[in-house]
Amino acid sequence: MTSDPCQLQLAPNGQLRHFLTTEGLSKELLEEILHTANSFLDPKGQLIQKVPLLRGKNVVNLFFENSTRTRSTFELAATRLSADILNLDIQRSATSKGETLMDTLWNLEAMHADMFVVRHADSGAAHFIAEQVTPNVAIINAGDGRHSHPTQAMLDMLTIQRHKGQIEGQVVAIVGDILHSRVARSQIHALKALGAAEVRVVGPATLLPKDIEALGAKAYYDFSLALRDCDVVIMLRLQKERMQNALLPSESEFFKLYGLTAEKLALAKPDAIVMHPGPINRGVEIESAVADGPQSVILKQVGYGIAVRMAVMAMAMSGQQTTQAGPEAP
Amino acid sequence: MKYLHIRNAHLIDPARSLDSLSDVYIAEGKLVAIGHKPPEGTIERTIEAGEQWLVPGFIDLSAYLNEPGYTQKGTIARDTQAAAEAGFTHICAQPHTRPIADSSAVIQLILDKSSVAGFARVLPLGALTQGLAGEQLSNMVSLRNAGCVALSNARFPIKDSYVLRRLMEYAATYNIRLFITPNDPALACDGVMHEGPISTRLGLAGIPETAETVALAQTLLLAEQTGARLHISQISCARSIDMLTEARNRGLNVTADVSLANLCFTDETVNGYNSRFHVEPPLRSEADRQALLAAVNRGELAICSNHRPHEIAAKKAPFAASEPGMSLYRHFLPLLLQLIQNDELDRNAAIQALTELPARALGLERGLCESHLFNATLINPSALPSEEQPDDLSSPNTSGQPGMATATFVDGFQVISNH
Amino acid sequence: MHLPDIDATCQALSNQLQTYLETYPHSNPMIIGIRTGGVWVAQHLINTLNLPEPLYSVDISFYRDDFNQKGLNPKVCGSELPESLENRHIILVDDVIMSGRTVRAAINELFDYGRPASITLACLLDVGQRELPIQPDVCGAKLALQPDQLIKLSGPEPMTLNFV
Repeated sequence: MTSDPCQLQLAPNGQLRHFLTTEGLSKELLEEILHTANSFLDPKGQLIQKVPLLRGKNVVNLFFENSTRTRSTFELAATRLSADILNLDIQRSATSKGETLMDTLWNLEAMHADMFVVRHADSGAAHFIAEQVTPNVAIINAGDGRHSHPTQAMLDMLTIQRHKGQIEGQVVAIVGDILHSRVARSQIHALKALGAAEVRVVGPATLLPKDIEALGAKAYYDFSLALRDCDVVIMLRLQKERMQNALLPSESEFFKLYGLTAEKLALAKPDAIVMHPGPINRGVEIESAVADGPQSVILKQVGYGIAVRMAVMAMAMSGQQTTQAGPEAP
Repeated sequence: MKYLHIRNAHLIDPARSLDSLSDVYIAEGKLVAIGHKPPEGTIERTIEAGEQWLVPGFIDLSAYLNEPGYTQKGTIARDTQAAAEAGFTHICAQPHTRPIADSSAVIQLILDKSSVAGFARVLPLGALTQGLAGEQLSNMVSLRNAGCVALSNARFPIKDSYVLRRLMEYAATYNIRLFITPNDPALACDGVMHEGPISTRLGLAGIPETAETVALAQTLLLAEQTGARLHISQISCARSIDMLTEARNRGLNVTADVSLANLCFTDETVNGYNSRFHVEPPLRSEADRQALLAAVNRGELAICSNHRPHEIAAKKAPFAASEPGMSLYRHFLPLLLQLIQNDELDRNAAIQALTELPARALGLERGLCESHLFNATLINPSALPSEEQPDDLSSPNTSGQPGMATATFVDGFQVISNH
Repeated sequence: MHLPDIDATCQALSNQLQTYLETYPHSNPMIIGIRTGGVWVAQHLINTLNLPEPLYSVDISFYRDDFNQKGLNPKVCGSELPESLENRHIILVDDVIMSGRTVRAAINELFDYGRPASITLACLLDVGQRELPIQPDVCGAKLALQPDQLIKLSGPEPMTLNFV
C-alpha cells in the first residue's frame, strides 16, 4: 500500500495497464486515449459496429456502489469489444455480511478474470485492488469515493475535443459540489495536462474544498464572474443529501446562485458548450431550456462514454498482455 | 551487599545535569552509587557499557495494550516486552479494551497480566466515563484505588460541555488526574487524515485543525473553572502549543504530550493511500511538525509512543476502511535517534520529554538518583536490531536505522538483556 | 538483391487487374485498400483504371490475431466503409503480402459488414513466406527475401519501397 496510483497504472514500457486516475498521466498518453476512443466512432459521432478485439477475454464488473448507468455503459463497451462480461453485484452479497474487501478479492481469484471494472465508496479502493489483485488483471476505476472517476473525465475531454476542436487553450468552468466530486478532481487533472488555459471551479465555500487551488484550479464564488470568456461549462449533479448536511440551504437558493439559465449562459462565449455528467436535475443545476438547447452536448456524452470506455479497456488489456509477453517478439 | 556494576556508561540525566562517563553500582534494586564503588560489599556482576547511554527509564504516557479483548492486535506480554526493549520502564495503558477498563476488575486483570509478564510495568489509565460512552461518570475513586494513575477519555467524545464540566469537578474533588485527548467529533466528522491539500487531492475526508483546537479551548477553560488536574494527550497542531502556553501563563498547571509519530511524519506520508500512516491524531503539516519539535526542545511537551498495533486485516484495506494506529515500540528508538541525529530534536530535551516530563504529569519520581529504585535503560545508539521482523502493515519502515536498548531495569530488576 | 521499380510494378498490377476484370466481369466492383500501404496502391488503381466507385479503406487493428503478443496499435485510424457490403463485389488491395494474416483479418472485418458476393485479392508485391492458405488473385511482382529481411512501402507520393 505504498505505491503511487499514478505510476502503478503504467507498465514499465509506459503503456497503460490499469486505468485508476487521470492524475500524473502525460499529455501524450491522454491524447492516445482520445485518439483510440475516436477510432471507435464514425465521423458523425456514432459508435462503429462491434469489433473482435477482446474476444475470449473475461471482464468482471465489481460494483460495490450501486450505479446502473455507469455499469451498463461498461457492459456495452465490453460487449462491443466482444469480451465476455459478468456483473457482480457485490453490495448485495458478501460485504453486507461483513466480509472484508481482501476476502472478496481472494474469492474472486478463481474467476480468472482478465479485467475488473471497480466502483467503490472508499477513495483509493481501485488503487488498493490493483495492488492486491493477481498480476495480469487490469483494473479500471469506475469511481472510488471522492477521489477519481477517470473514464468520466476522459469522455468529457473527448466531448470538448469533438465539439471545440481541442482542449488546449480552453477556459473551462466546473460548477457545483466540487467537494464531494470525484468527477471534478479527475477533470481538473486531465484539463491541466491537456493544456486548458484555465480551469475554474464554482460554488459556495461549503462545496469548494480547501486547497483545491493546489490542484491547479481557480476557485470562484461568483458564477456570473466565472462565466465570462468561458468556452466550456460543466455542471455537476447536486445530490439531495447536501441540503441535509448543513452544506446548502435549499435547491431554490442554489439554483438562483449557481443554476445555469439561458441568461447566465449568455455571459459565456457565444459558442460555449454546456456539459453535464448526468443524470441532470432540471431546475436545480440547469434549466430545461439550456439542457435541451443548441449549446448543450449532454446527450452526446453518453455515446462518447462508451467509446472512451472501449478505448481504456482495450489499452489496459493491451498493456497487460504486452507486459506479460515480455520484449517485443518479431 | 552484592552489587550489579555497570562500567563505563555515558550517564545522561538532564534533570540532574548528569552528562558524563561513569560507573554505576546497583544493589537491592536501588542505585547505590555513581562513580566509585562504595567500600562495603562486593561486585556480583559487571555489565560493560562501552559508553552506551545510561538514561532514566522512559515513561510512556499512552499506549494501547489491547488486553483484555483485542488480543489479535497485541497482548500485554508481547507489548510490555517490546516497550522495555525500546527503553520504557512504565507504560500508561489506554482504557480502550473489551470490556472497557471502567471497573476495578478489569484494572486488576491488567495489573496481574503486567506483573506476570514481568517486563515494563503497566500504569493503567481508567475510563473517564462509563463504557467510554461519554455520558456518565465512571467510578473514579474506585478506579484510582484499584491502581489507575489517571483517567482517560481515549479520544472518545464527551457528550457535551456540561458533562465535561461535571467530570472535571468530580475528579478535582479527589485530586484525580485527567488525561484528555482534545477532539471535537462534529468538526472531525468522518475525517481520516489532516484536512489539507493532500486530503483534497486524495479525496479523503479531512480532520481540520479546529477539531483539536476548539476542543482544547473548551477543555482548558473548564479546567480553569473546575481546578481539575489536567494532562492533554497527544496534540498534533502548532496552534495547540500556543493555546497551552497561554493557559500556563494564566496560571493553569497543565501538561501535555505528543506522539513520536507526529514528530517524525507529516500528511505527505499518506500519499498512495498508505494505511500505515492512518493514525489518531492525524499526521499534520510540516509546519505543525516543526512547531511540535520546537515545543519539545523548549521542554514544554512530553513525548509518548501512542503505540497502537493492529492485525494485518485491519490495515490491509482502502485507507478509510483501515483502522487507525501505528505499531511503534520496535521502531521507537531508531526514529527517536534519527531525529536527534538530524538535529531536529535536542538529545537532552528528548530524554527529558520521555522521563522527567511524563514523571511530572504522573506525580512520580524519575531520575538517576542515588537511593532511588533503579529505573533505567542502557541504550546503544549505533546497534542495529538483529532480527528482521515480518511486516505487520502497521509499522513504519526503519530498516537500517540503528538504536536499541541493551538493558532495561524496572524497579530494580533487569528485564531486558540484549548484549 | 535489388528491389523492383515501384512504378513499373504498379503498372503491372493495373494491367493484370484490368485483364482480370475483363475476364470476370463483376457488376459494380468496389475497391477497398488495407491501411496503410494498401490504400495508396488502391488509390493508384482507381486513378489508372478509372473506376467509378470512391476509395474505401479497412483498418485491421481491431481484427489482428496477435493482440496477446503485441497489444493494441496506438495509431489505429479506423475503417472507412459503407454501411453494408451485402452482395458487393470487392477488390481487396494490399501493398505487400507475406504471412497472409493481414488479409485474413481484413476479410473477417469485411464479413462483419455483410455477406459480400465475392472478394478478389490484389497485391502489389508477394514476398512468399505464407503461414495461411491465402493467395492473391492478381499480383504486381513476386520477390524472394532473405530470412531476416523485411520490406516496407512508404507513401503516398511518391511511393517508395525500402528494406526495414
